[in-house]
Amino acid sequence: MAGVFTKRLFHSLRASTTVVLVSELASKDAPVGSHAAAAPYVITAENLTKRYGDVVAVDGISFRVPAGEAFGLLGPNGAGKSTTMKMIGGVSQRTSGSLSIMGLDPEQHGPEVRAHLGVVPQQDNLDEELKVRDNLLVYGRYFGLPMSYLKPKADELLEFAQLSDKAKSKVDALSGGMKRRLTIARSLINEPRILLLDEPTTGLDPQARHILWDRLFRLKEQGVTLILTTHYMDEAEQLCDRLIVVDKGKIMAEGSPASLIREYSTREVLELRFGSERNASVGAELGGIGERLETLPDRVLIYAHDGEAALEQVTSRGLRPVTSLVRRSSLEDVFLRLTGRSLVD
Amino acid sequence: MSVLTGSFNAGENSVAEAARRRRFGPTYSRNVRAVVARGLMATKSSNWMVMVSGFFEPVLYLISMGVGLGAIVGPVQGPGGQEINYAAYIAPALLAVSAMNGAVYDSTWNVFFKMNFAKLYQGMLYTSLGPLDVAMGEIFLALLRGAMYATGFTAVMGVMGLITTPWAILMIPASVLIAFGFASFGMGITSFMKTFQQMDWINFVMLPMFLFSATFYPLSVYPQSIQWLIQAMPLWHGVELLRQISVGVFSPATAVHVGYYLVMITLGILLTTARLRKLFLK
Repeated sequence: MAGVFTKRLFHSLRASTTVVLVSELASKDAPVGSHAAAAPYVITAENLTKRYGDVVAVDGISFRVPAGEAFGLLGPNGAGKSTTMKMIGGVSQRTSGSLSIMGLDPEQHGPEVRAHLGVVPQQDNLDEELKVRDNLLVYGRYFGLPMSYLKPKADELLEFAQLSDKAKSKVDALSGGMKRRLTIARSLINEPRILLLDEPTTGLDPQARHILWDRLFRLKEQGVTLILTTHYMDEAEQLCDRLIVVDKGKIMAEGSPASLIREYSTREVLELRFGSERNASVGAELGGIGERLETLPDRVLIYAHDGEAALEQVTSRGLRPVTSLVRRSSLEDVFLRLTGRSLVD
Repeated sequence: MSVLTGSFNAGENSVAEAARRRRFGPTYSRNVRAVVARGLMATKSSNWMVMVSGFFEPVLYLISMGVGLGAIVGPVQGPGGQEINYAAYIAPALLAVSAMNGAVYDSTWNVFFKMNFAKLYQGMLYTSLGPLDVAMGEIFLALLRGAMYATGFTAVMGVMGLITTPWAILMIPASVLIAFGFASFGMGITSFMKTFQQMDWINFVMLPMFLFSATFYPLSVYPQSIQWLIQAMPLWHGVELLRQISVGVFSPATAVHVGYYLVMITLGILLTTARLRKLFLK
């Protein structure tokens, strides 16, 4: 039942990519929410830079996020995503550049800025000494919210996170997926305008991921701005209206998932396997097919507008791959093209 | 399902919106009580056994040393020169030690764990709380616990007939003062600690301080240079302060003891806040 629901939701999500672009344009012009009068963008970063000693974690990045957008920060490990998130939350001081959240500088007004934020950190930091529902209540108290507001709110959020029957459980009795949902529920206790999600689905099984995506999509529908980092390209494609690809602290590309695919990849990709010994040598014989050719140890990728046509060209040259696969280009192709295939540590 | 819609419709009048209109400094949001409430809730559900054991420790010392050892030691000279029995002599010192131990445990091991393993403070500082709220809240909890121990221990002294003056009731607030000094300083020190091995250094300092700060015998047994060293240590001032209060004999030194702790508290809070800022808002 739930599976059918999420599936349907994802179809509408896929379709919504273009629709969202329109709404994004609209949101730039029209005032959104009460704070739009002060700034049409909920986040404005100009030349944001963070150095730890000699290491430049974030190297002069600039971006703006309008209210209600789902904005993705993509990049390999160590690209500077989490550091950027921390600076947005005002828990990390920038080295230079300017940053404005809801019109406020998070360094000068840390507690005030954070009152607008919901934060889902990379690692769950739930309060293990408190029960599930108490985690929500106590966290709400940190924002100075009264109990009369928090009690119904906590119940509502538990339902939203599908944890109502766990309200009185201990936190360490929850599964990984439940903890993640509780962390997200907790981040919503102060009705944030901006939700910061640092790799929200890392380590979760597919069921848990899909439930989470569904919840995040609902929040977006309700007007919450989502700032998301992720390693999962399918997740970014599903959730993000717009994203930046960051590598070594710099922005490599910016745009909607669809426009990035158009710009940095072809419509389709033909994957050929000739066996690990032959892949490299066969590369030379494939010249001229498709727009771009990439030879990997285990397979050869041909980027082409029409993958089937490219495959016909390959076979017409007398080459017989062990397996061949034509697929749509994905954000993963874009990502790997922009940030390279070598491991980053 | 209207997790957010309801409130968004309410707009500027919603409770969350009202909470956001509060004005804060960069390190303090005047919300220490939220940190305290969290601590009380956590204590309720988990570690009350640890708390109870903390109460019995000085009581056991008092029975063993005071009653047992006291039987062969006989009466000794109190702060005013009067003769008091040995148990009455060491009881205020044990109270000072217990104030120190409780405060140091709460502000070192407890804070060390929350800082490095439970990541509790990281979570707190992603809310409207500032580092000073967190530091003050944790210190207050340590003091609350210290006050409970002190009250219990003072009651035990009363039951054992070791209290001879109404002044003795002031041992309770004085114990809290001592605990405050150790807690504020201990938390600052802990912020420098990265490993368990480093945490053991704290015990390495505490144990000799417990044994040699005129706890079980007067300072006069030491040569002058050692006396100076011990008089520079915080516990000695605590022991002397409580010992004077327990018999209601005061001198200019009383003010020095109190002043020592006031300075320690001030420096401790400055250190702790600076360190928390550096650690969490880097």
